[in-house]
Amino acid sequence: MADTRTAEAGAAGTRADGPGTAGARLGEALRAYGLIVAMWIRSTMAYRASFAMTAFGNFVATGFDFVTVLLMFSHVDALGGWSLPEIAFLYGTTSTAFGLADLVLGSMDRLGRRVRDGTLDTLLVRPVPVLAQVAADRFALRRLGRVTQGLLVLGYALLTLDIDWTAGRVAAVPMMLLCGGAIFGSVFVAGAAFQFFALDAAEVQSAFTYGGNTLLQYPPSIFAKDLVRGVTFVVPLAFVNWVPSLYVLDRESPLGLPDWLALLPPLVAALCMGLAGLAWRTGLRAYRSTGN
Amino acid sequence: MRLYAIVAAGGFRRHATYRVATAAGVFTNTVFGFIMAYTYIALWDERPQLGGYDLSQALTYVWLGQALLMTCAMMGGGFEDELVERIRTGDVAVDLYRPADLQLWWLAGDLGRAAFHLIGRGIVPMAVGALAFDLAMPASPLTWLAFLVSVALGVVVSFAVRFLVALSAFWLMDGAGVIQMAWLAALFFSGMLLPLNLFPGVLGEVARALPWSSLLQVPADVFLGTYSGTGLLSAYAFQAGWAAALLAAGRLLQAVATRRVVVQGG
Repeated sequence: MADTRTAEAGAAGTRADGPGTAGARLGEALRAYGLIVAMWIRSTMAYRASFAMTAFGNFVATGFDFVTVLLMFSHVDALGGWSLPEIAFLYGTTSTAFGLADLVLGSMDRLGRRVRDGTLDTLLVRPVPVLAQVAADRFALRRLGRVTQGLLVLGYALLTLDIDWTAGRVAAVPMMLLCGGAIFGSVFVAGAAFQFFALDAAEVQSAFTYGGNTLLQYPPSIFAKDLVRGVTFVVPLAFVNWVPSLYVLDRESPLGLPDWLALLPPLVAALCMGLAGLAWRTGLRAYRSTGN
Repeated sequence: MRLYAIVAAGGFRRHATYRVATAAGVFTNTVFGFIMAYTYIALWDERPQLGGYDLSQALTYVWLGQALLMTCAMMGGGFEDELVERIRTGDVAVDLYRPADLQLWWLAGDLGRAAFHLIGRGIVPMAVGALAFDLAMPASPLTWLAFLVSVALGVVVSFAVRFLVALSAFWLMDGAGVIQMAWLAALFFSGMLLPLNLFPGVLGEVARALPWSSLLQVPADVFLGTYSGTGLLSAYAFQAGWAAALLAAGRLLQAVATRRVVVQGG
């Protein structure tokens, strides 16, 4: 009880300080996120065997995508002109980036259900940012399975590829993982915002998140040009790994785009996060409780 | 018999109420269909006639997979979560007192669910696929009929496996781990990732002999006209054999589990 009151007092305090404390609000949101996540990790760890099993299941399930690639390469030496290690590089970068976003924000797709059954209301009255609460809700540590799997394939790619490493190329790899995670994270948040309007449409979100991840595991050269244009300029998923990978692997862009685009992921990620934040606010403002 | 028909109709109607979710699912199936179709084009570009399919047959296989994903519950299909929950809470005792057989009751509901998903989530992605790519559609109505019979058998096999999985909850407190393992196996061995003809060597032989090949590989081959005459009969026999064996196993486990409920008084 004492805890709740302190939190309320704290929240009231920040609100009274006015709009100049956006930084403080962000800090508060992150702290709340951390606390809820810690709680879910503690509860997960109460059943260690179950955790180990589901984490392993997650690892295997996400690994199926790469098994499919390996099965394909048991029949061919190249796919769309790309070798196995090159595709492993695409696969490892997108899977790790997607895995990070999924770990942090993977619970967002439950928003539609929360609106339907009315449990979102309980989150609204708490003095903690709703986005932080929804994102941390049922935080699933087992999703580390996907990140681990992505990193292993990326490791394999980096060991087998013969890349002419420059400082720029070395820096590009961690940049891809972080910015890619932020771009996928924005898609998660924007998708959740969409569910304020279409309650039952969680699967549309999957088409962009899981579908986008699957798309980026394969080289852009095998897809129709219009599709590649769409994920470059409309939903800018191509900046997760396709565009920077062309630079790291020293390949020509199938759209004939210039090399300096590889520098853009941080900018694209920031833009995506801004737009997703705006979409989230719009959705939350439009929300009317179902009243159950 | 009438009772089970009503339960099946209920299963159909229940899933038909989620219209927005169905539309969203159709969208997702279509997106994945496109992504997979392009990867198959790249693959068949390198190796035409891979696995005995030409390109348009391979593309047909992709869209059949998307159309049957929910019908044959290749990623799990809802009823097992519900049954596990009923076993965990003890509500299953109520089910056992009904003047209906537990296994047939859930089978009827699952057939209704499958019928809805075949119509609701199968037709549109398949039509979009046929518009966007050159697919190998059967010319003869008999092939379509043969395909539907094979799909129905596939649904029964899928149900029989998931029923066994759900019953495991009588012994394990938490069914989540077993359910996950079960859908992983279904996804891998049904041919959803890649046609089983492309699996190398012994792995391919084992995969084709396991029950899960009834979910996609066999119906797809029936659709593509791989079987005719006695070949078709042996394909059906394969599916029906697995269905019978797995249903019998479920029946046996159900009998053992029912005694367990009585012993615990749950």
